[in-house]
Amino acid sequence: MVANAQHNILAARERARIMRCHIVKMFNAAGHGHFGGSLSCADIVAALYFGGILRVDATNPAWPDRDRLVMSKGHGAPAVYAALVERGFCPAEWIAEYERLGAHFSTHPNMHMIPGIDMSAGSLGHGLSIGVGMALAAKMDAKDYRVYVVLGDGELNEGMVWEAAMSAGKFALDHLVAIVDRNNLCVGGCTEDVMPLEPLADKWRAFGWRVHPVNGHDMAGILDTFATVGESRGVPNVVIAETIKGCGVSFMAGKREWHGHPICDAEFQKAMAELGGACECTE
Amino acid sequence: MHGVMDPAKYRKIRDEFGDTVAALGAEIPDMVVLTADLMYPTRTEKFAQLYPRRFFDVGVAEQNLVGIAAGLATCGKIPLVADYANFICLRAGEQVRNDIVYTNLNVKLAALSSGLTFGVGGPSHQSYEDLGLMRALPGLTVIVPSDARLSGLAVRAAMNHRGPVFLRLGRDEEKIVYAENPPYEIGRAIQLRDGRDIAILANGPMVAEAVEAADGLAESGIRARVLDVHTLKPIDREAVEACARETRGIITVEEHNIIGGLGSAVVETLAEEPGCPVVRIGIPDIFPVIGPTFELRRHLGLTAAAVMEKARQLLAGAKNR
Repeated sequence: MVANAQHNILAARERARIMRCHIVKMFNAAGHGHFGGSLSCADIVAALYFGGILRVDATNPAWPDRDRLVMSKGHGAPAVYAALVERGFCPAEWIAEYERLGAHFSTHPNMHMIPGIDMSAGSLGHGLSIGVGMALAAKMDAKDYRVYVVLGDGELNEGMVWEAAMSAGKFALDHLVAIVDRNNLCVGGCTEDVMPLEPLADKWRAFGWRVHPVNGHDMAGILDTFATVGESRGVPNVVIAETIKGCGVSFMAGKREWHGHPICDAEFQKAMAELGGACECTE
Repeated sequence: MHGVMDPAKYRKIRDEFGDTVAALGAEIPDMVVLTADLMYPTRTEKFAQLYPRRFFDVGVAEQNLVGIAAGLATCGKIPLVADYANFICLRAGEQVRNDIVYTNLNVKLAALSSGLTFGVGGPSHQSYEDLGLMRALPGLTVIVPSDARLSGLAVRAAMNHRGPVFLRLGRDEEKIVYAENPPYEIGRAIQLRDGRDIAILANGPMVAEAVEAADGLAESGIRARVLDVHTLKPIDREAVEACARETRGIITVEEHNIIGGLGSAVVETLAEEPGCPVVRIGIPDIFPVIGPTFELRRHLGLTAAAVMEKARQLLAGAKNR
């Protein structure tokens, strides 16, 4: 069991590194991209897909009993695209075709274009409601699949998120897991300057959620957290993952301007060289 | 409208809606009904009592309402969202567009209390832009039933139709157009009167006015064709084009802004067909005064009398050309 857990940690870490390479390659193919928010959630997404958490089947993407993943922060979808390539849902060629006319992978995900994408996204604040609907369906059908919704912290400014949060409490959706990619930056600067979110954990608790704080770049911690969510019957869970925007590439990490940014060849080479080694953000 | 309205002439839209929804619950096991604290006003309490596990009230939160419906639909449920038209189209407009129509999910939007049917509620609770907005969404079926009976048939047809549907429904008593069930098919207009002098194309509560107008015109020898264009999108192009070919002019009448609704759809349909004059009757691009529905309609010229007057003017003009 311990050996197995250790194996999952190492495997997910390595996949996270490869996923970051895919993400940077996609954005390099387009000449720009949402580096910050795609890289900040890469470890979380890697944990879901490669840490033995998300129950999905690449040979049957529409499997009715699969776990669902909603990328509410749609601009972070390249992290999921990278995972889907690594899991065999999508061909690796789609990476180089990123954002081309009619491409499968683009800025925001389209559920009808990409096997393994459970919901289209883009405009912020929608995803948690979608997740509530999916979790209600599971409950009605007495199915045990889980619904994971990845939210950006900036999008928590949207009122709809809190409408959804309120309803998840009412409907006692213990198989719904919200994950907040708490990278502390939005387009205009620090979230606490643009529109303060703290005390964030208290806000979720006040809406009836069980809060799980975690370092969003510590793979062992993330996997431990995912292993314990859902233990409280009748209570929805939120994982607040403290992350660093642009994590994995030194000159992007923690930089507001790399939320959405062009990339030149020198920057691409430097980023890829850095990603050839281990991700340093767990320290 | 105050006082009791003659049940031989008027029927309540919401009661018919609520009864139909409850009946459909037995026929369609995957059907779920959602509302935003409007269970009683949408008359969905019967469904809720019969199928409490398939009924969800999300409180006064329309964005969440539409989003949850989308999530349920991705898992094979067939959600019917019962709420007021303006809240669905405007408050949750982006959720409708992104989460239901762009995704082509099997969600039915029952937009009640539409148009001027809550006249005393004022613009915050009325909708006269909804059809323009909904009609511009690619792939959304838009239905505007005329009376209580047709509302029931339309809800049933929508539930058995695969894909997103917007149902523009009324509220209280409306004039009875159909004494018995007509053959109902989404996308096919129903011809209520035949004639070759003029064609009156109407939807929603204006169909009853169109029929009255045609009967009034018949007394002075004018033969008016009347079409109930209950499906605004996809519009029955064939029937509209036949009106342009076979009559001397078309009048459209609708309880909607003159921009974006039936009149616009008909004119767009005929843009490539020269020669047939079209007169549009609707709300003249204003926020109307507040008042009881039937008085408000008279005030705005949304009546059989107004249709007759326009018809005579149109025919006189056509003669002079």
